[in-house]
Amino acid sequence: MGSTPTVTTRYFQAGAFHVNVPAKEQNMGTPKMNMLTKAALIGLVLTTAACTRPDRFGGANDGAADGAGAFDPNAAANANLGGANDPKSPLYFNQTIGDRVLFAVDTSTLTEQGKQILVGQAGWLQSNPEYLAIIEGHADEVGTREYNIGLGFRRANAVREFLVSQGVPSTRLRVTSYGKERPIEICSDETCYSKNRRAVTVISIASLS
Amino acid sequence: MLKRLIVLMTALVLAAPVWAQSGPLRITITDGVIEPLPFAVPSFEAENGEAVQVAADLTRLVAQDLAGTGLFREVPSSAFISTQSSFAQPVAYADWKAINTQALITGAVTVSGNQLVVKFRLYDVFSGAEMGGGLQFAGTVDGWRRMGHKVADAVYGRITGEGGYFDSRVVFVAESGPKDNRAKRLAVMDYDGANLKYLTDSGAIVLAPRFSPSGDRVLYTSFESGFPRINILDVASVGRRQLTTAEGEMAFSPRFSNDGSQVIYSLANGGNTDIYRSDLNSGASSRLTEAPSIETAPSFSPDGSQIVFESDRSGSQQLYIMSAGGGEPRRISFGEGRYGTPVWSPRGDLVAFTKQNAGRFHIGVMRTDGSEERLLTTSFLDEGPTWSPNGRVLMFMRETQGAGGTSSLWSVDISGRNLKAVPVSGGASDPSWGPLQP
Repeated sequence: MGSTPTVTTRYFQAGAFHVNVPAKEQNMGTPKMNMLTKAALIGLVLTTAACTRPDRFGGANDGAADGAGAFDPNAAANANLGGANDPKSPLYFNQTIGDRVLFAVDTSTLTEQGKQILVGQAGWLQSNPEYLAIIEGHADEVGTREYNIGLGFRRANAVREFLVSQGVPSTRLRVTSYGKERPIEICSDETCYSKNRRAVTVISIASLS
Repeated sequence: MLKRLIVLMTALVLAAPVWAQSGPLRITITDGVIEPLPFAVPSFEAENGEAVQVAADLTRLVAQDLAGTGLFREVPSSAFISTQSSFAQPVAYADWKAINTQALITGAVTVSGNQLVVKFRLYDVFSGAEMGGGLQFAGTVDGWRRMGHKVADAVYGRITGEGGYFDSRVVFVAESGPKDNRAKRLAVMDYDGANLKYLTDSGAIVLAPRFSPSGDRVLYTSFESGFPRINILDVASVGRRQLTTAEGEMAFSPRFSNDGSQVIYSLANGGNTDIYRSDLNSGASSRLTEAPSIETAPSFSPDGSQIVFESDRSGSQQLYIMSAGGGEPRRISFGEGRYGTPVWSPRGDLVAFTKQNAGRFHIGVMRTDGSEERLLTTSFLDEGPTWSPNGRVLMFMRETQGAGGTSSLWSVDISGRNLKAVPVSGGASDPSWGPLQP
């Protein structure tokens, strides 16, 4: 916690400390830093999260700890994802259809390969109307932070527009961007960068009904 | 002498030289390299037993602050002829001249309970006279570093004629963990890395905190919801709230206006990102750019009349300036490569930026018409400069290459000299330098 360091300033004439009349005296302000206790801070976070988290499509996903975490394809087997052999399962979407498309440096243009994957995504989404999707745009580390967030939005939106053009209702899709904040590969060369420049379609299990 | 000072001013690209009052203390330049001004600071007198440790520590801090600027050089105590053991003792100028000390700082420290009083005087050795009057700071013992910084700020100010920057704080993002699972939390510290305190936990990604002009609040971007949103945090209470933006819109890259009443930021709608401005009191907002390109990283001019920002409307990231109310911007960056994260200097004459060119990142400055571009640093990834309160120094983030890459904070003089790491334990990024504390 620590008490607040406060400083007052006093000017004095040369050689006359004991008789000085302060030419200027001021309260130096109070740079308070009353740190919350850990418990209080966590409480604040939980409260805020509960208030501000977009309902992640209907609130059926309230247990999700962090954004797309529950649907992170990198996360270990998650019961919600269903079986890999069940064509109606999000795991099937992630693994067999393909949940992501990749982009060239500083572009948001879909490649032919990307479009093929998205045709599959659109088909799956139309066959499974109870699911919604959040499209997350990402960038590689070669770029400034704010610009990369903007670039990630462009990529996510390119995917959204393609899915809509394939007949997926836009109301079932949302976009977000993590910029360069969530790389999946961590080396600093093109083999990693090419995998990080991606848009990932994250299936939400929230029901529309 | 004045001529020499003017040469120095030019070398440092300072807009409004006010050094004429600085007296005979001088810093000489040879071939554009500044010869640091030698100063001596004998350990401040401990006026009572309780003050011994604080007096010693505080004296070292004053020396570190001054020497750390690169403008001053400390004459080691091993060279001293006079001991100057008492604050009241007359200064033996000849003894200090003999070891080529130009500035002499003496001080005294008293501790009573939790109360600390620091007095100091500054002497111009070669003129044989005191420079400015004595100055006294009083406060609590745990605030001893602030008082040391204030002594150093006063010395710096008297000799350079500019404001100092030592009694200031920096808000930044403290980082830990591997690159693909990095934990980030807001933290605040003194400009020199001391007194680190966390402002949030690491439950969500947080980015690019920005101090308010008075240092009482911080704007930052949080991914708590899975979507980027702007939060505003009260530094004293650590209470925070989300800035209101329309449903379906995602906001990031906020910065305060110079009176702290407004926020400029980027808002993404679909794939398009533009710059908006909101009044913190009324909540009223207006759109400042309307282009299909990415407009982001806005920063007000000190007088609040203009905004510098980055846009890729030309096909790559470049810097633009527009009126604070929006309207047609004019491009100011025309060099090779890409330019981002512009920040207007406190003096108003320069814009600091991040530049990407030929696979390298640089921190640089240019005048607000785009002329006199100078790159100050180069590395695998340097990004996001922030100005010291006096406009003399830039702090920024440097990230190292590879799977084990980490972020750290660095500072560099706007002359390009004095590049050095800011000592922070653990990873650190996205610094925002707050004001000189009152």
